[in-house]
Amino acid sequence: MQIEPEEIQLRVNGKLRSVRVDPSTPLLYVLRNNLKLNSPKFGCGLSQCGACTVILSGRAVRSCITQVGEVKNLEITTLEGLGTSENPGPLQRAFIEEQAAQCGYCTNGMIMRAKVLLDSNPKATDEEIKRALNGNLCRCGSHLRIVRAVRRAVRHKT
Amino acid sequence: MKRRKFLQSAGTLTIGFSWWGTSFLPPLTLDGEYDTDSAPGAASLDSWLAVGSDGTVTVLTSKVDLGTGVLTALSQVVAEELDVSFHRVRMFTGDTDHTIDQSQTSGSRTLHKAGPQLRQAAAAARRELVRRASVRLGLAPKNLNVEDGNVSAPGGESKTISYWELIGNKRFHLTMTATGTGENLQLAPDVPPKNLKDYKIVGTSVPRIDLPAKFSGEFVYTQDVRMPGMLHGRVIRPNHPISLPTGVDETSIRDIPGIVAVVRKESFVGVVATTEWSAIRAANNLKVKWSEPVVKLPANDDAAFAYLRDTKTFHDQVVVDKGNVQWGQSPAQQASTFAATYRWPFQMHGMIGPSCAVADVGPKTACVWTASQGIFRTRKAVADLLGFAEKDVRIVYVEGSGCYGRMCPDDAAEDAAVLSREVGKPVRVQWMRRDEHIWEPKGSAQFLNVRAKVDTQGRILAWDFMDRFHPYTAGVDNRLLAARQIGLEQTGPGALGHGFNYGKAGGGDLYAFEQQRIISPAIPWIQNDLTPLRTCNLRAPGTVARTFASECFIDEIAAHLATDPVQYRLSLRVNDPRTHGVLKAAAAKAEWMTRPSPLPPSGEFTARGRGVACSNREGTIVAAIAEIEVDKKTGKISVRRITVAQDCGLIANPDGVKNQIEGNVLQGISRTLFEEVQFDESGLRTVDWASYRTLRFEDLPEVEIVLINRPDFGFLGVGEAAVIPIPAAIANALFDAAGIRLRQVPLTPERVKSTLPS
Repeated sequence: MQIEPEEIQLRVNGKLRSVRVDPSTPLLYVLRNNLKLNSPKFGCGLSQCGACTVILSGRAVRSCITQVGEVKNLEITTLEGLGTSENPGPLQRAFIEEQAAQCGYCTNGMIMRAKVLLDSNPKATDEEIKRALNGNLCRCGSHLRIVRAVRRAVRHKT
Repeated sequence: MKRRKFLQSAGTLTIGFSWWGTSFLPPLTLDGEYDTDSAPGAASLDSWLAVGSDGTVTVLTSKVDLGTGVLTALSQVVAEELDVSFHRVRMFTGDTDHTIDQSQTSGSRTLHKAGPQLRQAAAAARRELVRRASVRLGLAPKNLNVEDGNVSAPGGESKTISYWELIGNKRFHLTMTATGTGENLQLAPDVPPKNLKDYKIVGTSVPRIDLPAKFSGEFVYTQDVRMPGMLHGRVIRPNHPISLPTGVDETSIRDIPGIVAVVRKESFVGVVATTEWSAIRAANNLKVKWSEPVVKLPANDDAAFAYLRDTKTFHDQVVVDKGNVQWGQSPAQQASTFAATYRWPFQMHGMIGPSCAVADVGPKTACVWTASQGIFRTRKAVADLLGFAEKDVRIVYVEGSGCYGRMCPDDAAEDAAVLSREVGKPVRVQWMRRDEHIWEPKGSAQFLNVRAKVDTQGRILAWDFMDRFHPYTAGVDNRLLAARQIGLEQTGPGALGHGFNYGKAGGGDLYAFEQQRIISPAIPWIQNDLTPLRTCNLRAPGTVARTFASECFIDEIAAHLATDPVQYRLSLRVNDPRTHGVLKAAAAKAEWMTRPSPLPPSGEFTARGRGVACSNREGTIVAAIAEIEVDKKTGKISVRRITVAQDCGLIANPDGVKNQIEGNVLQGISRTLFEEVQFDESGLRTVDWASYRTLRFEDLPEVEIVLINRPDFGFLGVGEAAVIPIPAAIANALFDAAGIRLRQVPLTPERVKSTLPS
């Protein structure tokens, strides 16, 4: 059975966006290809690595396994919504200050997951930071800097 | 048709348009048309450097950033030599039409080899600009100073002229002395570079130029390249050696919208669709029946090691052979002979972002945007595959995810080229996770034998080291997957299953024993071609396993002599006197307690221990000390702290070096504790991150780093030095903690537990 494309309204980074897609399409491809929001990355498509993480009404979700049809009325935040290279948000600034990446392909997921952690637990300890990020994979081995960056963001907040 | 026109129609603009980062450098229009058909050669300064009237300096280089931050360091080198502020430097990298071939980006050689090349181009440019300024100002060059691109006489002299006024948007038309090619290219050796003591930018921790855009989603990776009219492709491959697709049932995907083509060429099967999701669904759902493969994978790792052990070599790579190694006992010597065998498994690069490329193939010309580590090699591969002349193919590097050697053979570029040719439109191919895990060329397994003759004072009288390995079969000159699948014959040594030799370091070459032999017998590989166990260089290729074996073995001897492992190493003669300095620095930082290993057994459930190992890779010397805990009930090893001391010559950017060391250490721990490609005769079994586990946040140790700066040695390699001693340091720490010696990586809980005394 061929699934018909539908007009779907999305709320992304505070703006209302409209796309015409098959509602079973994973959110990842809609954000990237229809809305040109490149920050969520394809890493595995299996919810194993976290490179595609976005924030959905306050929760960190893996956009590679989230169907776009399921998120119609939810607030979607991508990394682009946290700031720009010229005007970075607090976590992005902390990552710059700690030089917390090598290739940076996984970083989107690290920052988005950390954002959700700090929004609910602004005084997160190192152990809590590591536990929250444990499902996000990094192959270059930037983990120590990532933890330092999130810790720095905690310090700025408190 | 002029190529220039083609390039515009292919969606790119003009020289100076950079895909690198978000910079999208404004097109730098130099005087006169830039005629790509007669691009200047390596001796022309214009091939390397352009000064804009907007006060920028654009550097053109075929060396690329693989996510290590090396472009920041290269920018520092150019800014330093040219006497301009760091922020003025723009890097235009990796374009076969506009950059000179400086060899592929690999082997920790970018700063080591291309640093001096760019430094000399900048020195030649500075000299020329000062010469021109001297004519304009009427002052002798020796009386002129340069500060941030402004040339003036020191003191009260008010006359000044800037680089941008002198030559902004104009070409130098200056020919330098140039000899050699690739990484051995020597540029302007007659121009004296700046004195080291005057360095102000090199040696400082300038923040990386790429990171702010990587932290905001603005950075453009290969995966983010989109062309007008671009379609999405996927290639379908099995999890076993490629055989013939005897049945391709196109009705199995007829309900998927937007299918443009199902491409079948010999054993190549691909799909092209208008949307990425349709391409993915089509690749997942297309029913393909593969014939029984001619070559089967080994039944298990034992079978693979037996093959390595028992197969006749085709070439013995001799690294050291001196003193005519004698194994007979001479009556005057009271000597003992030790011997041990170590095993290193097939491992993955495991790029976190799978291979990706966009190809736009026209009737006579082609352009591919890709993350190849060797754009010129990829150009040849794509040209061969399409039957085009190399000059009609352009490869543009766009950074992908970290790749650690995997992108020396660029498979996705070929996949995209095949599909684009078939549909006549730009096609983007991104491998799925399963594709990458199964089809990336692996780091070879190694089977290592060591023996040594040691006298009663602990002197090593003879050393014999043999590393049996499979050379790269997806190496330079070998045809890759798509080319072979569409029917091109294998070429180069790969045709014989021979492949190419590996790096040489490790295996005890650190030490100067009087009788010493280190050889690497290259074993022909039946899995040479079109199989999931094809091989290529994996970060510090060969050297990691050789150092695992040799540095564990040194520890075994030290333990037999009941000597402290650091003290024992300090008693051995080394080939590079810097080695002992690095070892002492690591021991001091880690507060190493002098005592023999192992510790006496304790009744506790958790055993703690420490281990040390050293390495020297092309002059970069590393000593690592690992402190670990072993859970005696489960066999699980936890690394608590790693201390690294590293001497890599002149340090361009200390924080950049530390970032590389941390990454090397963590990847080293991952490879030591977790990583092993698994297979059986039916195919590869490690096909995703659940079946191939890597290091996670829960596994993090503390990492302490001591950097030893040796400016007089120039830039040495940083990218893959510190991974080398990590496995041996951890295995030695396990011996210290629990008195057990594991000679096979990974050091899994099962292996530890089954070796522990009950």
